[in-house]
Amino acid sequence: MAGILDLDLVAARDALRAREISSTELTSAYLARIEATRDLNAYITVTADKALAMAAAADARLAKGEAGALEGLPIAVKDLYCTEGVLTTAASHILDGFKPTYESTVTARLWDAGAVMLGKTNLDEFAMGSSSGTSYYGPPVSPWRSAQDAETRLVPGGSSGGSAAAVAGWAALAATGTDTGGSIRQPASFTGIVGLKPSYGRCSRWGIVAFASSLDQAGPMTRTVRDAAVMLTAMAGHDPKDSTSAAEALPDLEATLESGVKGLRIGVPREYRVDGMPSEIEAIWARGIEWLRDAGAEIVDIALPHTKYALPTYYIIAPAEASSNLARYDGVRFGLRVEGGSLAEMYANTRGAGFGAEVQRRVLIGTYVLSAGYYDAYYRKAQRVRALIRRDFDEAFRRVDAILAPTSPSDAFAVGANDDDPIKMYLNDVFTVPASLAGLPGMSVPAGLSARGLPLGLQVLGRMFDEAMVLRVGRAIEKAAAFSARPAMLEGV
Amino acid sequence: MSEPYRIQGDTGAWEVVIGLEVHAQVISKSKLFSGAATAFGAEPNTQVSLVDAAMPGMLPVINRECVDQAVRTGLALEAQVNEVSVFDRKNYFYADLPQGYQISQYQQPIVGEGVVQVDLPDGSVKAVGIERLHLEQDAGKSLHDQHPSKSYIDLNRSGVALMEIVSRPDLRSPEETAGYIRKLRSILRYIGTCDGNMQEGSMRCDVNVSVRRPDGPLGTRCEIKNVNSIRFVQQAIEYEARRQVEILEAGGSIDQETRLFDAARGETRSMRSKEDAHDYRYFPDPDLLPLKLDPARIAALKAALPELPDARKARFMRDYGLSLYDASTLIEERATADWYEAVVKGGKRDPKIAANWTISELFGALNKAGLDLGDSPVSAAALGGLLDLIGDGTISGRIAKDVFAEMFATGRDAAAIVEEKGLRQVSDSGAIAAIVDAVLAENPDKVAEYRSGKDKLFGFFVGQTIKRSGGKANPGMVNELLKAKLAG
Amino acid sequence: MSLDKATVASIAALARLRVPEDRLEAMVGDLNAILGFVEQLDEVDTAGVEPLASVTGHALPLRDDVVTDGGYPDRVTANAPDAAGSFYAVPKVVE
Repeated sequence: MAGILDLDLVAARDALRAREISSTELTSAYLARIEATRDLNAYITVTADKALAMAAAADARLAKGEAGALEGLPIAVKDLYCTEGVLTTAASHILDGFKPTYESTVTARLWDAGAVMLGKTNLDEFAMGSSSGTSYYGPPVSPWRSAQDAETRLVPGGSSGGSAAAVAGWAALAATGTDTGGSIRQPASFTGIVGLKPSYGRCSRWGIVAFASSLDQAGPMTRTVRDAAVMLTAMAGHDPKDSTSAAEALPDLEATLESGVKGLRIGVPREYRVDGMPSEIEAIWARGIEWLRDAGAEIVDIALPHTKYALPTYYIIAPAEASSNLARYDGVRFGLRVEGGSLAEMYANTRGAGFGAEVQRRVLIGTYVLSAGYYDAYYRKAQRVRALIRRDFDEAFRRVDAILAPTSPSDAFAVGANDDDPIKMYLNDVFTVPASLAGLPGMSVPAGLSARGLPLGLQVLGRMFDEAMVLRVGRAIEKAAAFSARPAMLEGV
Repeated sequence: MSEPYRIQGDTGAWEVVIGLEVHAQVISKSKLFSGAATAFGAEPNTQVSLVDAAMPGMLPVINRECVDQAVRTGLALEAQVNEVSVFDRKNYFYADLPQGYQISQYQQPIVGEGVVQVDLPDGSVKAVGIERLHLEQDAGKSLHDQHPSKSYIDLNRSGVALMEIVSRPDLRSPEETAGYIRKLRSILRYIGTCDGNMQEGSMRCDVNVSVRRPDGPLGTRCEIKNVNSIRFVQQAIEYEARRQVEILEAGGSIDQETRLFDAARGETRSMRSKEDAHDYRYFPDPDLLPLKLDPARIAALKAALPELPDARKARFMRDYGLSLYDASTLIEERATADWYEAVVKGGKRDPKIAANWTISELFGALNKAGLDLGDSPVSAAALGGLLDLIGDGTISGRIAKDVFAEMFATGRDAAAIVEEKGLRQVSDSGAIAAIVDAVLAENPDKVAEYRSGKDKLFGFFVGQTIKRSGGKANPGMVNELLKAKLAG
Repeated sequence: MSLDKATVASIAALARLRVPEDRLEAMVGDLNAILGFVEQLDEVDTAGVEPLASVTGHALPLRDDVVTDGGYPDRVTANAPDAAGSFYAVPKVVE
């Protein structure tokens, strides 16, 4: 069974359907691997019994030839998705003991497709962060170590760090993440996996703990681009319970996956070449451009003039929305309650004790930028700049079919680094935030290794609702990169 | 025009300026942003969805009927209906507000400026401006008296749709304000968008009161929250206006604050602040998109509006010749107006007679029996039948009253009662003449007195004749014959 | 725009967030750093630009007025730290 973990999602799916392996075998192998990789702290909750029960049910359906799209495939779920009867924490103390009596729409779709739930993965508290280091449950750790320093633990990125660590460490076949400013793409880049943020509205937000409502999106984190296409197909779909859910139908994402990039126009945004950018990031980007040119694409220099304002725009809008979304965490109906002499005291004590430092910072900034006298100068101003950022993309997409950019301005940093410097931490999102603000689909694909032997991803951005193009170009990058490096810890697995 | 309302202070007269914010619960089966039920009086937290309970990950979806109800109301208030409106979050913390914000509308409400025509006691009409109407969520309920150190929260009401109707500060007296509330309530009940039941809390008033020298600059206002009867609104205004005048006359100034009306004491008092800094940090709700109304839909809703109270009253006065008082009484409730018009049957019956009978006899009997029109033992058709019997001379007006009483008591119709009791009017001139002769013959002294000038005795003869006939003599004929026989 | 301790304390009160005295100083510093960072937006000319209302460009969907939810008080109070029968219980509020 040593090779069973070797199978990517599509291969495992096919093997299950061909009855070459059973879901119980596959799930057991993953559960064992989760045990073996406990030090990664990738999971907050492992649902072993439930997983095996789901696997058995999947095996029964496979035997009858009634396989769903993801039948029997063991998936990890970021602990931001509400899962019925299963502890859901958002990696926060304030949700202690919270077991939802409902299932999020996206995970319900996964289970309806026959997938098996391995457990809930670790993340930055309330999805606020780029390292997953703000988790109440301790930071998850990347399976990768620097070639120059095997001792130092590295971050798997954030906020979907647990999901990334699990997939990269083979402690999950695939995982769900969420991306608000880069939280799927950046961890994917740091851990050498594929991370796809679909267009805003593609996947329902119902039942996902809300961080920033106009930005949050659910998406898959997988080993391959094709795996991501299969998973997104199962996750996406219009949900009448979510007023922001898109009615646009998802096209057949696999239909054009292998179509290549011949004749496509690929945009290279000059503003993404930032001052002080590490040369190896420039280098991998240049390599990516070459690969696509060699594969027959036309490379087009494009301008996205408001790029540098994306981060400050994001760090006004996201905290503002979060400050309001997190007002419901007050100790009355669920989670932690710290008593107080009065209702107001109870609220303040509960929230003061229950929220970590980064969450508190964002709630306070958010409260401030919405407050009387500042709303126009900050929030409304930011929404105007956001309109300009979207306009930049719309203009660019009249001339190109997709955009190629780096995902992250660096390879993975050490656990604990940047914890004291919020701004430095925010700068991690410089390449991912613009697409978030514009609502456009984006995917990170592993492209190469840094000088320290750590993964570097490349990011493909597409038009609104054009995930098919993003996947197609991403596949071309994946083929050209032929990224086969594995973290040392996977040796012999 | 009657005297303007003034508070007399030591240093002179003061004018009172009043503006009203009415929160009207929308009639709909489910809530504004959730599919939970809205019916009043359910067991605690049984009409609460996960969305209403503000569980993590929950999202709002707007109810089409609530939107239509707001549009209907705007149209009935002759107001501007805004084709694009936005829902904003009003952020504050309170136990009955699980989300920590209320979804409301701030800068772009669904309805803009309109007007309500208020009927004043002296018969004149005053136009009171509406500034805006917006949709928002109602909050839950807190019970503070169930436990010594805890409050209990019931979220059944949380999320029910409210229309907040804001008037311009055009009102100048408690009476005008009462008239405004009555008219507004009447309109809402007519179009079926709110039942206006103040005791049950489906219509609540926040009263803004300030005082100033007549035609002087506006004073600082205080808001008296959640007053739930028209009488209390009037009392609250009177008390608050006097309170403010006293302070100002003593050289002080008015602090802008929120107050409550203590009905037991008839006083307003300052509210212990639930939110010291009223910084609601309004911003457009990112879970919702702007609401866009199709002009065709607005037009369709307008076309389907029923005849409104003022229009109906005007028509009653014009087409039926009713007095202002009678018309006003009949149109106050749509059900009453409908009932009355069923009696009139498109003009087949005399509308004035029908009005008299409806108001004096029917309402009188209903009041006495403690019944609503909906429970009347006499239907509109039945009353109409009775009026027909008077109209064609079958029975006299006097007898009709007895018949009516019997109809009310038994629920039977007029014709049956008249037949059974043999109450048909006698209009045979020969028969009546015989009775008249007998009466005159038996009272020669009175006849002589009458003929010598005591006109009042005519009534005696009429009374005797009718009595002798068992009440059945046609009064008109009695009069005629008596006159003739007494004259000569 | 620089925040002082008193302002941060009042923002914290608005947000019902207890920030202990010994953490307040650090919080003031962090918040000012963030505000300094976002102030760059002042440079952007946004004259005539409408705030972005929606990235999808859709209108608000409406749902039919049918009772489809509620009726499960046990689920609603299942996670409550202090439930009294079907009610939520909180420290008493005096109005």
